[in-house]
Order: sequence, then C-alpha cells, then structure tokens
Amino acid sequence: MNLLLEIKNIHHWYGDFHAVDGVSLSLDRGQVLGLLGPNGAGKSTTMRILCGALAATGGSIRLQGLEMARHPLATRRLLGYLPETPPLYANLTVDEYLLFCARLRRVGRHQRGSAMSRAKSRCGLERTGRRLIGNLSKGYQQRVGIAQAIIHEPALVVLDEPTSGLDPNQIREIRDLIRDLGNDHGVLLSTHILPEVEMVCDRVCIMNQGKLVFSESLGQLQQAAAGLLIRLQQPPDIESLAELPGVSAVDALGNRRFRLTLAADADNGVIAERIIRHGWILDELIPQQLALEQTFVRLTSGSAAA
Amino acid sequence: MLAIALKDLRSLFLSPLAWGLMAVMQLLLAWLFLVQLEGFLEIQPRLAAIPGAPGVTGLVVVPLLDSAAVVLMLLVPLLSMGAFSREYSGGTFELLLSSPVSMTRIVLGKYLALLLLLAILWLLTALMPLSLLLGTALDLGRLSAGLLGLGLALAAYGAVGLFFSSLTRQPAVAAIASYGLLLLLWIIDLSGGQTLLQQLAIGIRYRHLLDGLVTSADIGYFLLLVLTALLLTIRRLNDRCGRG
Repeated sequence: MNLLLEIKNIHHWYGDFHAVDGVSLSLDRGQVLGLLGPNGAGKSTTMRILCGALAATGGSIRLQGLEMARHPLATRRLLGYLPETPPLYANLTVDEYLLFCARLRRVGRHQRGSAMSRAKSRCGLERTGRRLIGNLSKGYQQRVGIAQAIIHEPALVVLDEPTSGLDPNQIREIRDLIRDLGNDHGVLLSTHILPEVEMVCDRVCIMNQGKLVFSESLGQLQQAAAGLLIRLQQPPDIESLAELPGVSAVDALGNRRFRLTLAADADNGVIAERIIRHGWILDELIPQQLALEQTFVRLTSGSAAA
Repeated sequence: MLAIALKDLRSLFLSPLAWGLMAVMQLLLAWLFLVQLEGFLEIQPRLAAIPGAPGVTGLVVVPLLDSAAVVLMLLVPLLSMGAFSREYSGGTFELLLSSPVSMTRIVLGKYLALLLLLAILWLLTALMPLSLLLGTALDLGRLSAGLLGLGLALAAYGAVGLFFSSLTRQPAVAAIASYGLLLLLWIIDLSGGQTLLQQLAIGIRYRHLLDGLVTSADIGYFLLLVLTALLLTIRRLNDRCGRG
C-alpha cells in the first residue's frame, strides 16, 4: 500500500498533564481515518502536533517519508489543516482570504485563480466570493475553513470536527466532499458524531485519556463483534444452547429470549439449522452488530470510571 | 512573508483604528507646529538682531520632531498591539503555523507591515517642516538628521510593540506593556549620574540626532533595539509552539 503518514509514539505534556501518551498511527493515500474520543481525549492535540502548530514532546512523524521535525516547511506544504475553530479573518472577503491562503501555501502565481475557483466550487462557495467573512453564517464560515485547507491540493487533509455547526443538508454535502477528498488525498478527521464515521471513514481510531485504545478498519469492526438475538418456542437449557457451533457465550434475557455471542468463525445459517433440527422452534433470529457506538462506550467509559 | 505583510497592512487599513490614529496624530502635530511657528514669528525681529541666533530649524522644526517622537510613542503600541494577540485570540495563528512559512518570516512579515504603516506616519510628519521650504530656507542637514532619528525611533517602537503583542492574547495588555517599556526608556536617564542608564535612554540618543549629530553609536542603539525585540519575538513564538 501507499503509506502517506506514519506517526510513531508521540507524546505531549501540558505542564503536568500528559495529553498525548504514545500515540502511533499510520494512514495510506486514499484512506479516510476517523479519530474518535471523548472530550479531552487528546484528539485536537494530536492533530495540532501533526500540523506543526504544536511541537511534540517526543516521538516522530513522517509524511510521505519525510521526517517532520527535520523538514518542517516541506512537510507542511503537504498538508492542509482545519482547526477546531476555523482560522478566519472576519474583515477580509472570502476571495481575499483564499488568495492569502493560496499565497501562504505557496501556490504558484498562475495556478492561484484555478485553485481558488476549484476550492470554492468544492465547498459550495461560488456565490459568496465577494462577501465579508465576518458576515457569513457559521456554516458558511466552516466551509471557508475547509476551502482554506484544500486550496493547495495537499496530500493529507486534517479536519478537526469539520461538520460542527452545520445544518443537516450542509453536513451531507461536507460528508460527500470528505469522501470525494478521500479518493485522491489522505484524510484524517476527528468528530463526535459516530454515524458520520460509519458513513465516511475507512478506518477508525479511538483515543481515550491520551492513549490510542482502538484502531481497526471499519469493515473488520462490523464483522468481528457480532451477536445473535433469538427467541425460541421450546427453549432448552442454556448449556445446550452454548454447545451450538460458533457460540461462545449465552445470556438468557427472559421471556424465552437469548443473546448468543458468537466467535469469529460463526455461521448464522448453521446455527439456525441446528436449532430447527433440535426442534426448539425458532421464532426470531436477529443478527446484531456490535456497532461503533458500543465499542466506543465500552472503550472510553470503562477507563474513565477507573 | 510578503503575503503576510500585505494581508496585515490590509487588515490595519480596513479597521478604523489606523485611520483614526493618523487623524489624531496629524491634528496634534499640526497644532504643535502652528503654535511653534507663531512663537517664532513673534520673536523673529529680535532674533534677527542677534548674530548666531538659532534659526527656524532650531526653533520650530526640532521642537516639533521632539514632540512627534512622544506623540507617536503613544500611538504606535495601539497599532502594533493586535499583530499577534489578535491572531492568537481569533485562532488564526494556527493557519500561519500550519503553513510552509518559517517563524522568522512570519515575524518579519508582520514587522514589514508595521514598518510600512509607520513610514506613512513618518512621511506625514515630515511634510510639515518640509512645507516651510515654500517660504524660507531650512538647515537641511539638521532636518534630515532629525527625520532619520524619528524614523529609527518609530522602527524601535514598532519592534517593541510587536514583541509585547507576541506575549499575550489580549491586545490591550500588549499595548500597556509596550507603553511601560517605551516610557521607561524615555525617562530612564532621569536618575542621572549612572552611565549605564544614560546609555539606555531613548531620549538622549534622539536628541543627539535632533541636534544634527549623527553617530554610529546612536544609530547602532536603535538598530540593536529593533534586532533584540525581533529576536525575542521569534524565540517567544518558537517557545509557545512547544508549550501549546
């Protein structure tokens, strides 16, 4: 695969507070990685370190094989960053602002015009070019923030909560945009909205208390943690249910309902066939995916209580 | 670097602050200028009788430039205070940091914008004594030494203001801190006697130049002040980046 970003064991301390504790990540070109975590988990700090806005206390970051600490300018040219609050100048117009960003990011003089119109059309800003940024609504300001991050066609786009403050239609447009960006760029985004991750991301990382506690591709996540919810008319005792092939645990839920936790190699069809053959009479069989939300809650609430 | 300078200059002129300050400065200096000129016209007949008496340059232009340095000291911190503080509080500093621009260039870009604005203020001030050329002859050597001094003082004010702006998120705090240091540098020679404090005073250096005395020590003092302030700013920003 085409490795774009490699973060190895980065740390950051704010005084005594260990905000980022040994995070390692990697991202391939054409991948969208979602960074999840409760508030204060260290997501934004990780992103700020990645974008050069903050120096890591330890660890290394390589972007397209370039060590960030050694080539700060060359690596920054490869990335576009949207911080939590979009970095906008309220007294400039959208065009002036994007032109400034293009110059700042070293877009060549002749490409600036086309870069600006491309970024504007991608973010739906074609008709706001001459308006003052300070007079735009929050949603449009957010779009200008995204346009700023992609104007120089960076290899890696880092978006810190890109859909906050947008209305549902705008959120859908931005999600489409992110998926679109994911085709030829690498995208790293942080968010609180779990369905958003399921919709746009290829991989999910969950952070909690500065540590990376989960890193999996979304496909694996959906396959792996599956279970079955069944209702039987003539239920046997729990032991015989547990002997079904591929079942690793059984919980009785009362009212002749059971939850079967499945091993990785379980086959729903085989289980249903055995139940029928035993004559327990199958009323209901609902495949359950241990969705992202459950994973998230399991990983982040447990240690928060500890 | 140039992009930052142009953007900053634009922002300064888009806000009423720069315009307001220029208007106020112009009003104050014009008043002082006219008062000095009136006084000069009153005593001129008597002066003509004394051989070797000070001319119009010594009696009108020099006091004007002297007060201009003080008036501008009160105004420059108000222009420089937002340079970094506003970027911090608006969250826009992250945009600069994540761009392929080195810290030195960010600082130089900001300073350049400030210098361009100060150059306009300097020019506006210079026009007043120059207008006397319409009716009389001036000691051009002394005038240019004075204007050089004013320019150097402005450059030093700007650099100090820039440094204090990089220390805080609140523009007002930056302005007050710059006043503090600049005023202290003006009055530090009051204690008299001790040579080190005398060496540090802006006022003494400036008056040398107003008297037409251009020495490399005085020019070096101003340039050193600018350089120190800018280096401290760069250092401070690099530091800030490490601590978050």
